[in-house]
Amino acid sequence: MMALIDIVSSAGLWAAVLRIATPLIFGTLGALLCERAGVLNLGIEGIMTFGAMIGWLAVFHGADLWTGLLIAAFAGAVFGLLHALLTVTLGLSQHVTGLGITLFASSLSYFIFRLVVPLAGTPPTIVPFQPIDIPLLSGLPFLGPALFAQTAPTYLAIFLALAMGYLIFRTPLGLTIRMTGENPHAAEAQGIDPIRIRYGAIIAGSALMAVGGAFLTLSAFNSFFPTMVQGRGWISIALVVFASWQPGRALLGALLFAFFDAFQLRLQTVLGGVVPYQLFLMTPYLLSIAALAVTARRARVPQALMQPYRRGER
Amino acid sequence: MRLERRDHRPLYLVVAAPIAAVIAALAIAGVLIALAGAPVFEAYWRILTGAFGTRLSATETLTRATPLMLTGLAAAVAFRARLWNIGAEGQFYLGAITVAALGSKLLAGLPAALLIPALLVAGAVAGMVLILVPLWLRLRFSVDEVVTSLLLNFVALLFVSMLIDGVLKDPLAFGWPQSMPVSDHALLPKLVARSRLHVGFIIAIAIAFAVYFLQSRTVFGLRSRAAGLNPAGAVFAGVPLGMTLVKVACLSGGLAGLAGAIEVMGVKGYVTTDLSPGFGYSGIIVAMLANLHPIGVIAAALFTATMFVGADGMSRALGIPTYIADVTVAVSLLTMLIALFFTQYRIRR
Repeated sequence: MMALIDIVSSAGLWAAVLRIATPLIFGTLGALLCERAGVLNLGIEGIMTFGAMIGWLAVFHGADLWTGLLIAAFAGAVFGLLHALLTVTLGLSQHVTGLGITLFASSLSYFIFRLVVPLAGTPPTIVPFQPIDIPLLSGLPFLGPALFAQTAPTYLAIFLALAMGYLIFRTPLGLTIRMTGENPHAAEAQGIDPIRIRYGAIIAGSALMAVGGAFLTLSAFNSFFPTMVQGRGWISIALVVFASWQPGRALLGALLFAFFDAFQLRLQTVLGGVVPYQLFLMTPYLLSIAALAVTARRARVPQALMQPYRRGER
Repeated sequence: MRLERRDHRPLYLVVAAPIAAVIAALAIAGVLIALAGAPVFEAYWRILTGAFGTRLSATETLTRATPLMLTGLAAAVAFRARLWNIGAEGQFYLGAITVAALGSKLLAGLPAALLIPALLVAGAVAGMVLILVPLWLRLRFSVDEVVTSLLLNFVALLFVSMLIDGVLKDPLAFGWPQSMPVSDHALLPKLVARSRLHVGFIIAIAIAFAVYFLQSRTVFGLRSRAAGLNPAGAVFAGVPLGMTLVKVACLSGGLAGLAGAIEVMGVKGYVTTDLSPGFGYSGIIVAMLANLHPIGVIAAALFTATMFVGADGMSRALGIPTYIADVTVAVSLLTMLIALFFTQYRIRR
């Protein structure tokens, strides 16, 4: 019991919560934006992997860290464009297309990485984003090191969650995106071009996913290794349902999830000898499934999600 | 310019679609090979000879195609009923570990004639159990099964890792995490001496034909198709949708579990966490390349196995990473989707 209290009251835990949550926030916001416009993007796992690889590769070859993030975002946008072409223009199954993009993007990531970095004993590294101490606030006891000494992308992720909440619920553009996801035919009657909105949402959303992946190699770790995304994309998809398609709740969901993840990591050091470590590693996935079961039925799904839209066809 | 639905699908297009898709995928992969600085046609020639050039490589390709046929069928039967079972990888591992547990300990004393069928059934049942979780969540809580079945892959692999690190750990493996080997009676007979090709290959082909029969000649086949084409209409026409999905799920998960069982009993004899180089995920591609047709799955699995086995030799000779096989196969899924689209639609200006 004392051990548990020690864990929860350590600043290290709360600093880890924000760090673990960051890629999930980016991924969840990206998936949420696509789905608000009516398109499920199961390419997320592969797009995050590609973002992680290409961002790292750019920095490894001398780009600065922000350029690395931008390049990752651009690569994500390109995969988003591909997903939009297949699901919006051609109206193909969003499930299968997304899986195809995941398989394509992750295998392409491994291929390019192996081509540039042949097998070596230790993977080459870069200098990642360093924590920024926010003046005054980071000096606070406990809260300071936990909340105000993160790397820049973490602050960006939190800002984006709030900004996207504002965008979706408080701006005309947000209204058109929501209408496109609820009823594209009605949206078109209002003079909105649902196809253009869907393209924009998928491209921007996929860029966010790739930035989430790039956070892993440019901030959380300093090198790339295959399968490093480890299901964070799928967990993001689950978090979108958990968040009921609302950016503010997506932020909370990602933080809650990251709390459990950080907590189990520390619990392992206490109970590691008694309980097999694999049981701890299972918890994030089981938690996602439980969260889906609890929230799925109550969730307000965008009504046109997964329905292709073709002009003049119902 | 706009897209217009065709009134009927011409047969020549349906046949040409997969071929065109594979050619397009090879062309795209060719661009990558060229960018990597290797001669494209030589690379493809090396893949072909690497997969079929010698007796050993040819039997190896057929061995590799065996689990792909089964996971491909697992995806094909599910997708046809629009049950998105993406969990074949986890079901594969659960089938494999069940065989390892029963075949090395509990049932190890049985003679081969009893042990082999018992283990095959047990592996299939393990796969069924795992897929029934996402199906139950879908029917009871309306949770989309894509994410749940996918997340269970991670859980299943960690579960296997826990067992082969714990109760099922082989004490003779020098501390390496691998399961105890199944009894010799559990091993499937070889088809070709001094190779790894085993009877599982024949079993997989026979099952593909059985599934074809099931889908085209039985009420269950009709119902599962109706459930996929138009669920609401199917319910209206009296199809018991929930029960049909349960049966489809059991068939799909059972095939994936069987794939894991056969891989253990035919090839390795024990389980490690790298028993499957993504057979479950490749099965999705195999199913799509076959346009969800069970007989087509045989051809699609052979193509996929050719790429994977051939790429090893090509990689050694030309220094191109073997991942080019994964890229080619994944791209062929996307090109196949597009090719199928044009069997249904035409471009009109």
